[in-house]
Amino acid sequence: MSRALVVRRAGPAMSLQDPGRPGLLGQGLSRGGAADARALAEGAALLGQGGDLAAIEMAGMGGAFEAVGDLRIALTGAPMRASLEGAPLAWGATHLVRAGQVLEIGPVLSGVYGYLHVGGGFDGPEVLGARGAHLSAGIGRVLATGDRLSAGVDPGGEVGLCLPPEDRFAGGVLRAVHGPQTAMFSPEDLERFEATRFARDARGNRMGLRLVPDGAGFQSRAGLSIVSEIVVPGDIQITGDGVPMVLLTECQTTGGYPRIGTILPCDLARAAQAPAGAEMRIRFVDRAEALAVERKAAEALRALPGRITRLVRDPWDMRDLLSYQLISGVTAGE
Amino acid sequence: MGQASRHSGAGIPRIDWLGLDGLLVRFGDALSEPANRAALALRHAILREDWPGVEEVTGALVSTYLRFDALHVDADALRARLEDLVASRDWSGEPLPGGRRIWRVPAVFGGDLSPQLAEAAALAGVSPEQAVSEIAGKRLRVQTIGFAPGQPYLGELPAHWDIPRQTELTPRAEVGALVVAIRQLTLFSTAAPTGWRQVARTALRPFQPDRAEPFVLRPGDEVVFEPVDREVFERLQGDPQGGAVAEVLP
Repeated sequence: MSRALVVRRAGPAMSLQDPGRPGLLGQGLSRGGAADARALAEGAALLGQGGDLAAIEMAGMGGAFEAVGDLRIALTGAPMRASLEGAPLAWGATHLVRAGQVLEIGPVLSGVYGYLHVGGGFDGPEVLGARGAHLSAGIGRVLATGDRLSAGVDPGGEVGLCLPPEDRFAGGVLRAVHGPQTAMFSPEDLERFEATRFARDARGNRMGLRLVPDGAGFQSRAGLSIVSEIVVPGDIQITGDGVPMVLLTECQTTGGYPRIGTILPCDLARAAQAPAGAEMRIRFVDRAEALAVERKAAEALRALPGRITRLVRDPWDMRDLLSYQLISGVTAGE
Repeated sequence: MGQASRHSGAGIPRIDWLGLDGLLVRFGDALSEPANRAALALRHAILREDWPGVEEVTGALVSTYLRFDALHVDADALRARLEDLVASRDWSGEPLPGGRRIWRVPAVFGGDLSPQLAEAAALAGVSPEQAVSEIAGKRLRVQTIGFAPGQPYLGELPAHWDIPRQTELTPRAEVGALVVAIRQLTLFSTAAPTGWRQVARTALRPFQPDRAEPFVLRPGDEVVFEPVDREVFERLQGDPQGGAVAEVLP
C-alpha cells in the first residue's frame, strides 16, 4: 500500500499548499500558494527535496494525523504544540513517524500558519499546474476529517534535523516601496503613515489582513475614483474607512482602491504570520535598497541547507532514540 | 506639473513601478473604449516581442501590467524599453487582437434571479423593460478578465448606466450572477460578496477548474445576453457552459 497520511481530526483551516500558480493574473487568478513561502523552503531544505512540493498549511490550529507506512515529516512555520504518540516533538525539525503512529498538532504558540511536510511531498490532483488549494478561487478545499493524503516518492534521508528559527511570528517592521498611487497621498500623510503603529485586526485570511492604525486613518486625493487595475500581493490598499489592508497570496487580481505602497516579497511572510493584535510598522525603502534586501533574502533561502543542525535532546527523553540513527531508511513506497 | 493635474489626465499614457517586480502602463484615469483598446494592444505587442526576464504580461480595463524577474533583470533598462515601445505609436488606434469570439449567453431577466433589475433601471433612468433591452441583445466586449478567475468585465453600456456601486455589500452573489455598475457588467465566476446590483442570472460558469480549458472567456471576446425564461435556465444549469455558444469573429 502506498504511503499516506490520514487526517483523523481536521483543524478548521488546513489546506494543501505549494508555491502556487504564477502567470495567471490575466485569467483573473492570483498566484495563491503558501501564506509563508519561507516555511515551504525550510521544509524542503530539512527533508532534502525540491521546494515545489505540497505541504499541509494549518492556520491557527493543527489536527491529528495517522501514518500509513513510515514517513519522514518536517514541521515549519508558526510553532504549534506537536506530539507523536503523546511524546512532544520539536518544531522546526524533522521526525520519523512509523506506520500506524498518530501525530497530533495543536494550537499555534505564536504566528498564524504552521506547516506539515512529508518526504516526497503530498500527492494530489494538479489543477492548472499546481496541487495547492486556492480557496477564494474555488480550487481545492480545506482538509476534512477522513481525508487520505498520499505521499510522493521520498528520496530518503536523515531525521532529527532542525533549522534555527527565524522569528517572523510577532509582527515588526515591514519594508515597502512606493507604487502608482503613492503620490496621491500628501507628504504629511506618508510621513505619518511611517510613524504609525498598526495592530493586526482579528479579521483576516489568505486574501489579506487589515492594519488598524493607532491614530487617524489615511485618505488619498483620488478618493475612490480609481479605475480598477492589477493588484498584487503585498499591495497596501487604503479602503473607504482609511484603514490599510495588506493583500496576501489569494488576493483578487484587480482592484480600485488607492494603494499607498507595496510590501517587499521577503517581508510578506512576516505580515501573514502576525497574529491578531501584533504590532506592525511600515518603512518605505527606495528601489535600490529594496533590491539589496530582496537579494539577501534569496541568498538566505539558498543557504538554508547549510544551516541545518542536529536536533539536540536529552537522551532520557528519547524513547525513539533508535529512529534517529536512521539514514535513508525510509523506503520509496513504490 | 502638480500631482492633481497629472491625475486629471495629462501625462497619459503613464508608466509607474508596481511593487519591486512590476511595471504598470495606464492609458486613462477612467474607462473608455480607446483606452481599453490601447491596453489590450500593448499587452499583445509585449507578448509578441517576448522580452527576456519578463514573466507575465496582462492588463486591466485601461492598463497593461508586466511582471519581471527583479533579481535577474536590469529593471531600469526594461523600463526604458517599455517607454520606447509605449511612445512608438498611438495604441488606441491599434486593431483588436485576432481570434476573438462572440458568445451568445442565455440569461434570465426578471423574477428572483434578477433581484435588483428595477432598482438599477431606476438609477439609470429607464423602465425595467427598457433596461433589459439595453443590456440584452447588445454586443458587449470582454474588456478584461479579473478580480476572480475567468470573471469578465463587459462593456460599455450607454452613459446613463454610469450608476454607482451600492453602499452596502450584497453578502453573496452566486456564480452566473450578472451585476451592473459604472457602465459595466460583470458575470460572477465564484460566489462572492458584491457592491454591484444583480440584474440577471446565467447558468454559465466562467471558471471551470476541472476542464482542460478552465477559463471560458478571453479579453476582446464579445458577449450577447439572450433573455430566456426560468424553465430554460433550470434546464441549462446542468451544462457548465450554461447553453452559451461561441462563434469566431471574422
